[in-house]
Amino acid sequence: MPQLTIIQFDGTTHQVEAESGKTLMQAAIDAMVPGILADCGGACSCATCHCYVAEDWAGRLPMPDPAEVEMLDCAKDPRPNSRLSCQIRMSAAYDGLVLHLPESQI
Amino acid sequence: MPSSEMLVVIGAGQAGAELAVQAREGGWAGTIALIGDEPHLPYHRPPLSKSGLTQAHDADSLAIKARATYAKAGIELITGRKVAHVDLARTAVHFHDGPSMRYTHLAFTTGGRARRLPAQDELHSDVENVHTLRTLADAERLRAGLVPGQRLVVIGGGFIGLEMAAAAATHGLNVVLLEAAPRLLSRVTGATVADFITQVHRDAGVDVRTGITVDGLETDASDRRVTTVCCTNGERFDADHVLIGVGLEPDTTLARRAGLPVDDGIVVDACCRTIVPGVVAAGDCTRQHSALYGRSLRLESVPNAVEQARAAAASVNGLDRPNTGVPWFWSDQYDIKLKTAGLSQGHDRLVVRGRPASRAFTVFYLQGDRVLAADAVNRPADFMLAKRLISERLAVDPARLADDAQPLKTLLPSP
Repeated sequence: MPQLTIIQFDGTTHQVEAESGKTLMQAAIDAMVPGILADCGGACSCATCHCYVAEDWAGRLPMPDPAEVEMLDCAKDPRPNSRLSCQIRMSAAYDGLVLHLPESQI
Repeated sequence: MPSSEMLVVIGAGQAGAELAVQAREGGWAGTIALIGDEPHLPYHRPPLSKSGLTQAHDADSLAIKARATYAKAGIELITGRKVAHVDLARTAVHFHDGPSMRYTHLAFTTGGRARRLPAQDELHSDVENVHTLRTLADAERLRAGLVPGQRLVVIGGGFIGLEMAAAAATHGLNVVLLEAAPRLLSRVTGATVADFITQVHRDAGVDVRTGITVDGLETDASDRRVTTVCCTNGERFDADHVLIGVGLEPDTTLARRAGLPVDDGIVVDACCRTIVPGVVAAGDCTRQHSALYGRSLRLESVPNAVEQARAAAASVNGLDRPNTGVPWFWSDQYDIKLKTAGLSQGHDRLVVRGRPASRAFTVFYLQGDRVLAADAVNRPADFMLAKRLISERLAVDPARLADDAQPLKTLLPSP
């Protein structure tokens, strides 16, 4: 199964197995990674599954759609590599993807 | 050292699932049992009324957390079992069948059920084509029953009724929507948004009627099918299916019979504690005082269920983590994404940002210079910023709020 590395703000690192087709958010929730809240359950409505994609991965993911861009603009501490993890589906091509979490989601 | 403490969570919906997992993450060392009366893993309900009509959903694709997550968290998931009663004095949960369970800490996350119309009480219990929507089983029954070209009469112009009307019209059914109040969404939005949503539905071919009250459901000779919806003004609507979406009734039966104070919702404090030590409640079944609005609220919403569950889980672990969240709601209909932050009751001024004709606008509800609530139509950024304006009780200049040329962000204090 493809692997994801999720690094919390304090540096705690989680190796997460993420089934292809599952969103990165759902993989993190299933693995009980603290720091991903996902209050709306993946509807791109709350920006509480905000993450930063590691620099070397940023260009390899599909671009965010306009709704996600607008949400990200209003997330806490947005950066150029910000994404909502509920909007990205895992695939074998993303095996080894590294995500960093913000200090807080709200 | 293993703990002898036992947390029992009654109700395996959004609040129950969150509470059980958060209690463990927060350091609960004892056992945890999560009891649900449906046969499924806890699942997301919002998609049922949004995409549930056109897309087959199963309990796994809607699961809030994977089955393995509960095992990993040491949560015993007990599905398909109904609690018969709770004995607070003896700290026991009794089932209709099988052995009882003891607890040291107890959570009520019993949610709610679809409110019934008086006209339903006169129907045969096996009637085939009258629907409500609360559970996955309800959604499956609707999806299997509704065929393009058929006539669907939706009773109730709230979120569930409107989302189902949108889904059915898109699916090719002929839809009539009947609302008793003078306008749609009267409990949750103001007239500007209600009028806009009415027009969106009419443009999609839905026959929207407001100020019309249903007083009877006529059946065929078999008594198993409703054929006509009858209204007090004499109008009659022929139907192949009837969907009743007239609100939610909190499921407080177990708590009330156990002796907990119930006032249209189990009464809890800011940390979701009931008056009985060790007993908490969270989600649609509760009533809680809101410091933000200065009154007690019973909210029917996923974000509230999740926020309250986190507060309740902290209480179970002996910590104070009051629920201070801004209530919020969302609804998807056609290409419209409506997001509401806050509660508008008591507003004395409306500010509209953007134009409804552009299908992207926001209505702010103000009391003096304070934003009480906002309805954002296809404007996620306005919604996010409105949540901050509301929670931080920031004073705003209505003229700047209305000026769409000024980024809303400039209304926030600089970081």
